[in-house]
Amino acid sequence: MEQLALFFALIFLIILGYILGKGRAVALSGHAYHPLHSRLPYYGLYTAIWCGLPSLLLMAGWMAFEPAIAEAIVSSKLSASNQNLTSDQITLYVNDVINLASGGIISREVNNDLQAATDSYIFFRQISYFAMAVVAISLSLGGLFSSLKSISPDLRARNKVEKIISVVMMACSTIAILTTVGIVFSLIFETLRFFNKVPLTEFLFGLHWSPQTALRTDQVGGSGSFGAVPLFAGTMLITFISMVVAVPVGLMSAIYMSEYAGKKFRAFAKPLLEILAGIPTVVYGFFAALTVAPFFRNSGEFFGLDVSSESALAAGMVMGIMIIPFISSLSDDVMNSVPQSLRDASYAMGATKSETITKVILPAALPGIVGAVLLAMSRAIGETMIVVMAAGLAANLTANPLEAVTTVTVQIVTLLVGDQEFDSAKTLAAFALGLLLFIVTLAMNIVALKVVRKYREKYD
Amino acid sequence: MDMQNFKTREKAAMAEPKIIARDVNVYYGQSQALKSIELDIAANEVTALIGPSGCGKSTFLRCINRMNDVIESCRVEGRITLEGIDIYNSGLDPVLLRARVGMVFQKPNPFPKSIYDNIAYGPRLHGIASGKDELEATVESSLRRAGLWEEVKDRLDSPGTGLSGGQQQRLCIARAIAVNPEVILMDEPCSALDPIATAKIEELIDELRENFTIVIVTHSMQQAARVSQKTAFFHLGELVEVGETDKLFTSPEDQRTQGYITGRFG
Ligand SMILES: Nc1ncnc2c1ncn2[C@@H]1O[C@H](COP(=O)(O)OP(=O)(O)OP(=O)(O)O)[C@@H](O)[C@H]1O
Ligand SMILES: [Mg+2]
Repeated sequence: MEQLALFFALIFLIILGYILGKGRAVALSGHAYHPLHSRLPYYGLYTAIWCGLPSLLLMAGWMAFEPAIAEAIVSSKLSASNQNLTSDQITLYVNDVINLASGGIISREVNNDLQAATDSYIFFRQISYFAMAVVAISLSLGGLFSSLKSISPDLRARNKVEKIISVVMMACSTIAILTTVGIVFSLIFETLRFFNKVPLTEFLFGLHWSPQTALRTDQVGGSGSFGAVPLFAGTMLITFISMVVAVPVGLMSAIYMSEYAGKKFRAFAKPLLEILAGIPTVVYGFFAALTVAPFFRNSGEFFGLDVSSESALAAGMVMGIMIIPFISSLSDDVMNSVPQSLRDASYAMGATKSETITKVILPAALPGIVGAVLLAMSRAIGETMIVVMAAGLAANLTANPLEAVTTVTVQIVTLLVGDQEFDSAKTLAAFALGLLLFIVTLAMNIVALKVVRKYREKYD
Repeated sequence: MDMQNFKTREKAAMAEPKIIARDVNVYYGQSQALKSIELDIAANEVTALIGPSGCGKSTFLRCINRMNDVIESCRVEGRITLEGIDIYNSGLDPVLLRARVGMVFQKPNPFPKSIYDNIAYGPRLHGIASGKDELEATVESSLRRAGLWEEVKDRLDSPGTGLSGGQQQRLCIARAIAVNPEVILMDEPCSALDPIATAKIEELIDELRENFTIVIVTHSMQQAARVSQKTAFFHLGELVEVGETDKLFTSPEDQRTQGYITGRFG
């Protein structure tokens, strides 16, 4: 609540800075003939930035670090007064203090000690908040006045504003990069812990996946086996089936839409196809489990085939339908962007429409089409819901699409669902699977990029 | 030179015109772009189509190889014959027509393929060359006739789009003549080129005249005067005047032709 008030105060100051800065520039430009370096809005922006950026940064920093500092202060006070507490007990106690402060449920009697600690905790937070607010406002005002003072006809406001904006954008992209790096590193870290428990060779080459380990030492449970091969085989099988469905259908419909269909049909059909991409995967999932899988089972029976009620075929087919719009919509865009002059050239050589499509348009659009197919493929590999519902959890190592298989993503989900010890091999296996999946898709993308670059046909 | 000129003219005068257009009307939706065009195009001559922008030169050119079929709103009425065969109403397949009537566009538009594949495109489509050797020979002779062979013979595998603008346009000409058409249509083939490349193409057009009938649209009256034997002046969708190039430029009969020519020459 108070944070919100401060935030709005800062916004107000920023707007004020803009108006004042611009006003000052207007006043400077006056009637005398002395041109300003930049156009007027830049002076406003310049002032606004100096008014807002430092205090907003301060506020963000405070929000990020203050809770931790407050916690540290509480626990250091506690350990100073109570030397015989273990660190776990201190953590629990601090948690109670924080919960009590925010009016939550706590795990012990509220005694005087606890109440005192909580009061001092609340007091500290309030003090630190007010200190921050005062500093932020004065930073803001200071920025406002000093930048207003520095405005002169020679101030290179445009260059400065642009410099600051480029720095801000760089910071944003750095955040994205750092997040990625952070995720990868945490994956690697946990994976290394997993390989302390399970040998790498078993994971990579083991043909048997059954991650049930004993939770307690007195349990009679499997020791667990972590061969990831069946999972990757299952993933590949389902992905393959879905691509067999999606690539021809998607490509054909893209060709139809971009080359044969009239403008009206296209304007109507394309959004419709894109809606297909917006259907939640769960919906596809029960469609697969309740309609498609039984259908395959019944027709399999009819032909005397033994189809399990959860089959790779059903999941793959439905997944293929799900990713059709990715392929068709993107390929359609790519083919549309092939210049008309190339079509004209081909027609003028006496080519028919289909010859023009296969010999000129498809080759020219190939890089884009490959990109679309790869995007669709990575969707298929990462898809979880449909597989959970239609392909089952049984880690069979098989190439038979009529049997139940499971995929990497599904296993990651089942490994982490339910109560788990965080450092059991079972839980850590999820990270290892995630990392391996990441490496596989990364490698796929790199190869694809290479292929695309090699076969790229340039046109202007 | 004079003697040869005289001979070709005599031959053209005696022979049946290669292309005859009678009462050709073209509409884009509701608006009429060409009004009752009557034009004879003689074989082995260069016929230039001139006129102010938007007067329908390109439209007429595209009628001759039925490229207007590709434009949805376009409707063509009247009769155009190629060696006596009506190209619109006799059931002639536009694909076969276009193999006989090639086209070069205003902006060079090589395919994003290798130089070799660009030239081989037409022969492969129409099954003209049987076997690899023959195809190679066709590619080489087309490039030679387009005056491009010496410049590209060592880089037939590199993309056609990597050539200079003038080279690209000659590549497009080579591509058009690779199927050995009878007529070549050129729509402002030099408008994107510098004077030197233009001169090369003009020279080439003059050489090609021996074997092909050429119809060229141009905005440059000097170019029309340099390369063509006949010139046709279009104005607001009408064919105002057609005649020997020398004569049309020196003593035009119609007021509008005169205005256009003198206006341009300052
Ligand atoms: N695809 C089209 N759809 C509708 N109208 C068109 C189309 N192409 C040409 N037109 C119209 O037909 C008329 C003749 O156009 P055309 O392109 O034949 O002129 P042009 O003489 O070649 O002109 P320029 O010298 O500028 O190339 C113009 O009024 C033009 O607006
Ligand atoms: Mg034109």
